[in-house]
Amino acid sequence: MDRTAEIRFGAGAGLPKLNVDLWRYRREPGQLIPLLQTAQDTYGYISETAIGYISGVTGIPESEVYGVITFYQQFRLRPLGRYLIRICDGTACHVNNAKMLIGMLEDELHLESGDTTADGVFTVQPVACLGCCSLAPVIMVNHETYGRLTPQALRRIIRKYRTEAAAGKRDDA
Amino acid sequence: MNTVTVGTGTCGLAAGAGKVVREFERVLAVHAVRGVEVRETGCLGMCYAEVLVEVADHESRWLYGRVSPDRVPRIVLEHVLGGTPVRDWVLLENGEGPEAAFLKRQRHIVLRNCGAIDPRSIDDYLARDGYRALERVLRTMSPEEVIELVGASGLRGRGGAGFPTGTKWRLARAAPGDEKYIICNADEGDPGAFMDRSVLEGDPHSVLEGMLVGAYAIGARHGYIYCRAEYPRALEMLRSAIDQATRRGYLGDHILGTDFSFTVMLKEGAGAFVCGEETALIASIEGKRGMPRLRPPYPAVSGIWGKPTSINNVETFANLPWIVLNGAEPFAAMGTGRSRGSKVFAMAGKVKRTGLVEVPMGITIDEIVFGVCGGTVNDKPFKAVQMGGPSGGCIPASLGGTQIDYEQINQTGAIMGSGGMIVMDDSTCMVEMARFFLEFTQNESCGKCTSCRIGSLRMLEILERIVEGKGRDGDVELLAELGAQIRETASCGLGQTAPNPVLTTIRYFRDEYEAHIRDKRCPARSCALLVNYVIDSARCTGCQLCVKDCASGAIYGEKKQAHVIDQVKCVKCGKCITMCNLDAIEKH
Repeated sequence: MDRTAEIRFGAGAGLPKLNVDLWRYRREPGQLIPLLQTAQDTYGYISETAIGYISGVTGIPESEVYGVITFYQQFRLRPLGRYLIRICDGTACHVNNAKMLIGMLEDELHLESGDTTADGVFTVQPVACLGCCSLAPVIMVNHETYGRLTPQALRRIIRKYRTEAAAGKRDDA
Repeated sequence: MNTVTVGTGTCGLAAGAGKVVREFERVLAVHAVRGVEVRETGCLGMCYAEVLVEVADHESRWLYGRVSPDRVPRIVLEHVLGGTPVRDWVLLENGEGPEAAFLKRQRHIVLRNCGAIDPRSIDDYLARDGYRALERVLRTMSPEEVIELVGASGLRGRGGAGFPTGTKWRLARAAPGDEKYIICNADEGDPGAFMDRSVLEGDPHSVLEGMLVGAYAIGARHGYIYCRAEYPRALEMLRSAIDQATRRGYLGDHILGTDFSFTVMLKEGAGAFVCGEETALIASIEGKRGMPRLRPPYPAVSGIWGKPTSINNVETFANLPWIVLNGAEPFAAMGTGRSRGSKVFAMAGKVKRTGLVEVPMGITIDEIVFGVCGGTVNDKPFKAVQMGGPSGGCIPASLGGTQIDYEQINQTGAIMGSGGMIVMDDSTCMVEMARFFLEFTQNESCGKCTSCRIGSLRMLEILERIVEGKGRDGDVELLAELGAQIRETASCGLGQTAPNPVLTTIRYFRDEYEAHIRDKRCPARSCALLVNYVIDSARCTGCQLCVKDCASGAIYGEKKQAHVIDQVKCVKCGKCITMCNLDAIEKH
């Protein structure tokens, strides 16, 4: 008997239509977290619809799926900005003034840590450690890491992405 | 001239190594240079001098530090083409030179291949005796002999707790059941630690080989690597290593033509510090909330899916191929007492040479901080090192003679931990440091047991009021009492060790607590609400940048003349400091 079920996202309301197979779910135990990771990789966050789907396919109650989502820092229940700024507040960054940079970023982008700017460009997320302690203080913008930051350098980086986002918007239009 | 090697670990990449690689390729192409290979390697350890580039020919190796793309053309023209090294930028010439002190006291076992091989090339690994330990184990040793060897080497778990690896394996082997598992704990969560990341990025095959040796010893056919998602580069290297090892027959069925079969699955963590605790890690792999459970039963008896499981750390595994090939004696010959072999430390904080060091056990903290790492930045007074992350503690400079040895470190109240060592100078406030770690553990507490969930929150509230200048008499005693109770009653390692940063700072830096509580003063001039911001009139040029951004209108001054801060109006947000390009604003 073929024990492989394929999950397709796309039929559900509120999700973009996708015709690709996102993953194969082999009905192995322990697949819940990888399933959630794939959903988030695809949509940037885990929507209610996605929770319903995953629950339906795995047979794990929605409440339990939700419990797992909220336990781990990686999972988000709301959409992300175009640029995810992970700002490190690990020990090494902390002794090198990371708190000040976090405050500066919140100020500059008019948001609270964890939030997304109104225009959907930036999401700021303080993280416990990016493992780049020798270059503290450090931030990561999407997959790009920046080390040895100063307030001035951080402002320059923000400006760079702002320009990039603005240019991108013009292209779209 | 043969090779140009660029260090492209995460630390190198953060400093711009990607651009340097592309610039080398571009410049070499422009000059139509042939026979020069541009290679990439993992972390070379000297993170303070990133980007690092090694230029090597048949006889010599020159290591360049702080290479930016604009330095590349000169290195290519003068050195690669002209044959004359650019001396001003050379850190090491065949291991000698201004930075040789960094390497002299080190002993590389775990890091033997890091920075020497291309982590994406299994052939590079094979060329340096890779998978020969596996071959020796499979062809000439029984599982019992392997366990015997590891036991004799004195290797203890490098993840922090220091449980003897040989004993752990013996228990897992002896546990009844046919189906057994081995897990590599690569959930390096301590803020300030990056040893495991560097090993995974720089030498992933040595970790796989260590796992294979362990799997053979305990009788496991399947294994998991649980690696945190914050390490995308490490995950990428692991994926490629597993792939290559499988294709070459070092993983899979009938490895090297023997009856031994082993497969490994990579599991990406989802961001929870507590998952470094072994029972929580198992719950997480099983797809559940990563909550620890009471032990016993220990995982060696009942681990993942209820089967006997051995969980070992990245660094522990990376030691094993070396031990198999070189024997237990050379390993046991290093170190003191019950601490044998070497230990990798991630050096960070206010120290000149930040990066990765591997030293023989038994050397002192002073030797690492001053001898290897060159002392503190700007030679400010060395105050303390923090070891063991949120579970560890601060060891004051006066105990710098303490040897790197599990038992000696424990006596100070800190723990060996996984190897993060944060150096602090007199500008670090120890009360704030304690608050920082407690905030971390409080955030990461899984919430299962009351003493950790609520006890740590109460401690955090007390620390918060102390750093805000609202501390009361008796707060220190209350912290000590709460700390002792949490240590006694929390259900897992995270909770039991959470009070350590507070208890050690009270033990060694009680005067700083008193200064905050009684005099409303922060001796390190670090706690924002307990300092005054003052403009140095000699440096201020009156550019008015700070004036525009001061939300409380506390900064006065004419254009092009030194400004002043009104201490009554100032709300001490510290924003002006971030605005000033001239470092003219000081904390008093």
